[in-house]
Amino acid sequence: MEWKRIYTPIDDNVIKNLRCGDLCLITGRVLTARDKAHERIEQLIASNEKLPVELNGEIIYYSGPSPAKPGFVSGSAGPTTSSRMDTYSKMMFNIGIKAMIGKGKRDNFTKELIKEYKAVYFSSFGGAGAYLSRKIKSSKIIAFEDLGSEAIHELILEDFPVVTAIDIYGEDIYEHAVQRYGGI
Amino acid sequence: MKKTIHTDEIKKSIAEIIENINFTAPDEIKKLFQDMKSRESGSAARETLQILTENIEIAEKDSIPLCQDCGSVIIFLSIGQDVEITGEYLYDAVNHSVSDAYNRLYLRKSIAADPLRRKNTGTNTPAFIHADIVSGNSLIIDIMLKGGGSENMSAVKMFLPTDSEDKITDFIEEAVISAGPNPCPPIFLGIGIGGTADVAMLNSKKALLRYPLEHNPDPFYRDLEIKIFNRINKTGIGPMGFGGDNTAAGVYIKEAPAHIASLPVALNLNCHSLRKGRIIL
Repeated sequence: MEWKRIYTPIDDNVIKNLRCGDLCLITGRVLTARDKAHERIEQLIASNEKLPVELNGEIIYYSGPSPAKPGFVSGSAGPTTSSRMDTYSKMMFNIGIKAMIGKGKRDNFTKELIKEYKAVYFSSFGGAGAYLSRKIKSSKIIAFEDLGSEAIHELILEDFPVVTAIDIYGEDIYEHAVQRYGGI
Repeated sequence: MKKTIHTDEIKKSIAEIIENINFTAPDEIKKLFQDMKSRESGSAARETLQILTENIEIAEKDSIPLCQDCGSVIIFLSIGQDVEITGEYLYDAVNHSVSDAYNRLYLRKSIAADPLRRKNTGTNTPAFIHADIVSGNSLIIDIMLKGGGSENMSAVKMFLPTDSEDKITDFIEEAVISAGPNPCPPIFLGIGIGGTADVAMLNSKKALLRYPLEHNPDPFYRDLEIKIFNRINKTGIGPMGFGGDNTAAGVYIKEAPAHIASLPVALNLNCHSLRKGRIIL
């Protein structure tokens, strides 16, 4: 299958042309955030405080890498389960994020938001953290350092493989998978 | 005959297993991935199986963890009743060994000290230890690393003793479909049938300790494993849920006697990365 190359910051026209099932290689900057970082962002917004990092236009990668050993850019760095961050989707789109990378299903509300905000949800390859670490060219913590692996890391990616899981039309690869077999 | 085992020896064995299973996969698993790829019809699914194969190669070459979720450390100790353990308190020794290994090997620490207050212990301890007293003078140490994503898809249901086998397999299929991509398929599915609710749950995990290509020795349960395996692989979920023919890599049942009124069935889903190892002292 063909892989499409995409670059960050991701352009609206690129998002518009992505279809559920498309294989993509991402090059450029993404920011990691998982459960705790989302919770912190929510708390800062609730108390009208400034966020430690600008998220407008960014791609969020749900990942908590393992520590990098000396001489290596990154430790193992695959995606974590996205659905745990579903409750934060509205907040994150409001701040201006354009895409999320994770793994697994999203709830219907998030799917509607993806359509409304003309965003895209990518799945990367769960349990391929060693392979994916090689697609990371630099990694540094830029916010919430005390959270360790759950801190916000800025990653510079090169040809990082993902699958378009939910496109701006709301088409969902996971639903297609079971429907094709006459499942649920 | 009595045997004395010092906890230093136990600690060394635990560290050895943890290192081995975070960075390597056994040959039979590599072979299993090749077999799955050769019969996979989904295109994104085939790419996925290829990436997972290369993932193992890179992990082994560079000693990078197979997965960034280096897991909860689940330890099963089968302690022969003719074994005398000397040295530290056994559970302290286990936790010291886990903590040292996770620190020394640059493994992710994923344990919160308290389920509601959520502060990370920073050591990946405590390990979750299950100890059984068995006959003989050996100590068998089985270790599994369990990622949070697949553990979260666990399920248990109390059936009626008169419920049909079909009703049970329906439940299993529905649970696997509902979990979908989240446990990182192709999954290794552990099933505990019988016992009490807690015994069934524990057996669903113990079932995963079996040699990956081995069936239940009882032909009745072997046939049921094959039946469940075939049903799950017809759901279409496929590798990483992208659609395909390989949703389950293996199905393992561990059965237990049950109360005349009870028929618990518990499921423990393990991701495609079956990280487990055994040492016998």
